Amino acid sequence: MNDEASRYSRREFIKRVIASGAVASAATYIYGGLSGCSTKGQTLVAGGVERLVSINVNGELRRVDVLPQETLAMTLRYKLGLTGTKLGCDRAECGACTVMIDDVTYYSCSVLTHSVRARKVVTVEGVGGPNGELHPVQQAFIDELSPQCGFCTPGQVVSAVALLKRNPKPTRDECRAALAGNLCRCGAYDNYLNGVMRAAQGAVST
Amino acid sequence: MSYKLLGKNFTPHDVLAKVTGQAKYAEDFRVDGMVFCRLLTSPMPHARVRSIDTTEALKIPGVVGILTADDVKNPPAPAPTILTNEPRYVGEPILAVAAVDETTAQDAIEKIKLDLEPLPFVINPLDSLRPNPIDARLDGNVGAQGVKLQTIRWTKEDFEQADEGKLPMGKAGEDWSYGDIEAGFAKSKVVYDETFVTASNSHHCMEPRTALAYWQNGKCFVHGSTQSQSFVVPGLAGLVGIAPHELVYIAEFCGGGFGSKGAAYPVMAIPALMSKKIAKPVMMRISRAEEYAVGHARNAFIGRVKLGFGEDGRLLAADMYIVQEGGAHNGFWDFRNAADALSIVYTPESMRYRGVPVYANTPTRSAQRGPGENQIACALEPLLDRAARDLKIDPLQIRKVNTPKIFDSQVGNDRRKVTSAYLGDALDKGAARFNWAERRARSGQRKGSKVTGVGIGQAYHPAGANGFDGLCRITPDGILHIHTGVGNLGTFSHSGTARIAAETLKYDWEKCVVERGDSRKHLPWNLGQFGSNTSFTMARTNYVAAMDALQKIKEIAAKDLGGKPDDYDVDGTKVFAKNSPGRSLSFAKVAQRAIDLGGKYDGHELPADINPMTRASATALAGSGLIGVAKDTLPVGGETAAFACAFIEIELDIETGTHRIVDFLNVGDCGTVIHPMGLDTQIKGGSVQGFGLAALEHYVVDPQTGIPGNVGLYQAKPPTYLDVPDLKADWVDKPDPTSPMGTKGIGEPPLGAAASALVCAISDALGGHLFNRTPIRPDMIINAIAKLPPAHKPMQIHTA
Repeated sequence: MNDEASRYSRREFIKRVIASGAVASAATYIYGGLSGCSTKGQTLVAGGVERLVSINVNGELRRVDVLPQETLAMTLRYKLGLTGTKLGCDRAECGACTVMIDDVTYYSCSVLTHSVRARKVVTVEGVGGPNGELHPVQQAFIDELSPQCGFCTPGQVVSAVALLKRNPKPTRDECRAALAGNLCRCGAYDNYLNGVMRAAQGAVST
Repeated sequence: MSYKLLGKNFTPHDVLAKVTGQAKYAEDFRVDGMVFCRLLTSPMPHARVRSIDTTEALKIPGVVGILTADDVKNPPAPAPTILTNEPRYVGEPILAVAAVDETTAQDAIEKIKLDLEPLPFVINPLDSLRPNPIDARLDGNVGAQGVKLQTIRWTKEDFEQADEGKLPMGKAGEDWSYGDIEAGFAKSKVVYDETFVTASNSHHCMEPRTALAYWQNGKCFVHGSTQSQSFVVPGLAGLVGIAPHELVYIAEFCGGGFGSKGAAYPVMAIPALMSKKIAKPVMMRISRAEEYAVGHARNAFIGRVKLGFGEDGRLLAADMYIVQEGGAHNGFWDFRNAADALSIVYTPESMRYRGVPVYANTPTRSAQRGPGENQIACALEPLLDRAARDLKIDPLQIRKVNTPKIFDSQVGNDRRKVTSAYLGDALDKGAARFNWAERRARSGQRKGSKVTGVGIGQAYHPAGANGFDGLCRITPDGILHIHTGVGNLGTFSHSGTARIAAETLKYDWEKCVVERGDSRKHLPWNLGQFGSNTSFTMARTNYVAAMDALQKIKEIAAKDLGGKPDDYDVDGTKVFAKNSPGRSLSFAKVAQRAIDLGGKYDGHELPADINPMTRASATALAGSGLIGVAKDTLPVGGETAAFACAFIEIELDIETGTHRIVDFLNVGDCGTVIHPMGLDTQIKGGSVQGFGLAALEHYVVDPQTGIPGNVGLYQAKPPTYLDVPDLKADWVDKPDPTSPMGTKGIGEPPLGAAASALVCAISDALGGHLFNRTPIRPDMIINAIAKLPPAHKPMQIHTA
């Protein structure tokens, strides 16, 4: 696909969502403006999606005004101030936007915020302890000097935390498979794997 | 030599923010009233804008402004443009639209009536050299930094004289030679004449080159994505049309650059220029697809090399010609670097080089990690193996025979002296640790459909520069502030080189603060964080600044405690009399005394030779403590060089054409080790990128339409976790004599070493088959095994 084609394909995706039912209000520009999304041209449709929704993010119930076509990554980054979730591709290729939804990893760039109502979303800002303690994976990534540029790191952290939740004692190859959806152009794969193994060993000994 | 800090691991201060998500990259900042802008980019590879009608677009509610090429002052041709009325590649920005949100901006772009006159375009540079040419630009077909913009045509005879599949070699854009190559070839036992292609590949930085800009109180604020900090400022100020001191530049974190974000690049000026026009803060997010157009790629080569070896494997003569496909604007001089690499890695007794950088209507190019050196490693290393095979000597031995001497080796046309070259030591160390002899015995062993291949690869890059400024400061609380203008590429060398200053003053690292990443931190003029230079260049600047501070500390001690400055020494917390250690002043007290004394001690008087940026920073800091500031005027002993060599064993599946890396070791010649863990990750990370360059990453441009083919990560395929085994890294750790503490860079050579080792191993598994092309894709391997011709023509590019 070329540049133009890629852009249109995403727009088509958004347009289809809009066509499926949308709500607009006078507040649109305030919220829409910051979101990078627009509601222009959308009209009130009976049975449409409610805009003001509650989502559970990092253990807190957050009320947020969400456009029908809005992705979770945009909501987190532009409405909830959680910029730890990165957008590297915005099309489910790189994994920098990985979050957990009910303990399962998702690319938040490709999840509609409306679909996570009543579900538990955890971002990199929410994996640590209640008093700001680092998650063992975060500490291990520091100890192993896992990040280089650091842009993919939040996604790597979330994928590793999710892995250890479901498999506290993974093999190195299981780590590799679990993190395979998180690209790192710096090529720090070895160091991230060392980090996950270190975190897993720590969990075993304690 | 043993150091307090050097050679020891530490946790760089920015890692915590990276693992917690608190690290703020350009797109993570918000400003009140911020609007978004989107780009209208060219759908054609070469065209002229006849007219732009924005009437309907401007009627859309929420649209706040449009910026066209007529609103901006582009740098003089053939430099890349900010916005253009003569787009020269698909995806080149023509105009920008700002709106309250991106969707509105995109809607407005769709309402713009753009009338383009299509112009002829060229994808393969050879088509621009033919007697009936098509040119990528209207003002010339050849040029690069160091080669003036001009028109070069090859004659019909040039093309006819070349044998089928061999690169014709007409007039070059530049050439040099030393020694007598004809005599060298005449006395050679074996001579090879090979035509090769090395592909482009995209940089694939995980962070697209987003930028946010606004104007406040007469200054322009830009949050950008660059590898460098201070070095960006003059270039970006120039693009925006202001003086450097009118720009506040913030780049505390950068999500990957690999050469593509080394200096200011034109597209990053768009939000600043738009913001000036509409008087609102502007965020410009670059999409992944756009990143493949404006986000740069490595230059492609179509080359030809003739090598003559003596019976012992010594390279007696080398004759290389490189045609560079360098995009439509001046990108980088990979072609020239390739010749330097040949001259120093294999030290041919005689050599001729010719190169011609040709423009083509393809996405922008820039340096990419080992620009030129790493492509050419992939072309040359398999030829060494071919010679070793024919001469019946070991691949390790032929490399050892040709390896540069540790001192007094020379590089390039002007035979520049290299300050140190421990490539031979690296080969020895690697061969021993990798059990090369044992591995070599496994070459060609077959198990089912799997064949073992082994390989060695080598690469080089310059590893330092000089002449920049250092700035440090001790405040009355006893803290040492090391102000550094390097960027944050992810190598941690901002802190690694800061430790040189701490080491000089014997400071405890816990009492040091690295000031960086924001003009407002008052930073010195430093070179950019590129070209493997930081660990040398800014080791020198931080050393001279700390030495200046040390001298001032001793002078203050002599003033207050008597005697001469030389009677005193420091221990990291205080200055003391050497013959009476009880006579001392704490650094905290010295800092206060510096403020009391004023003048040169607290920055009110500054050296005459420092850069205006450093002067402004030191002036802003004057009176806040003891200031150490100096320009690096240390002796220059020649060209600093870094080398790496890699050893690899693979299993090649002859049924699928795929391979699996069984074991891998990469050894760097990096001077004194500053930070072992940081070095380890650099060598391994470079290796991973090397595997991509050698065998994984696709780069396609459709010759019929000029449309880039691979504009997604899943299409272009940079290496993933599943492509890479556990890696081993090692290093020589011998000091470079021209660096104050022996340090030099290493960022780039490990990539070329890994890439060429993998190319050699694939060739080895196939009994020495030469592909003369990278990347080596599985279909090429399958065709080679089946003895079928490859899917591409010999000098076709952008095919894989």
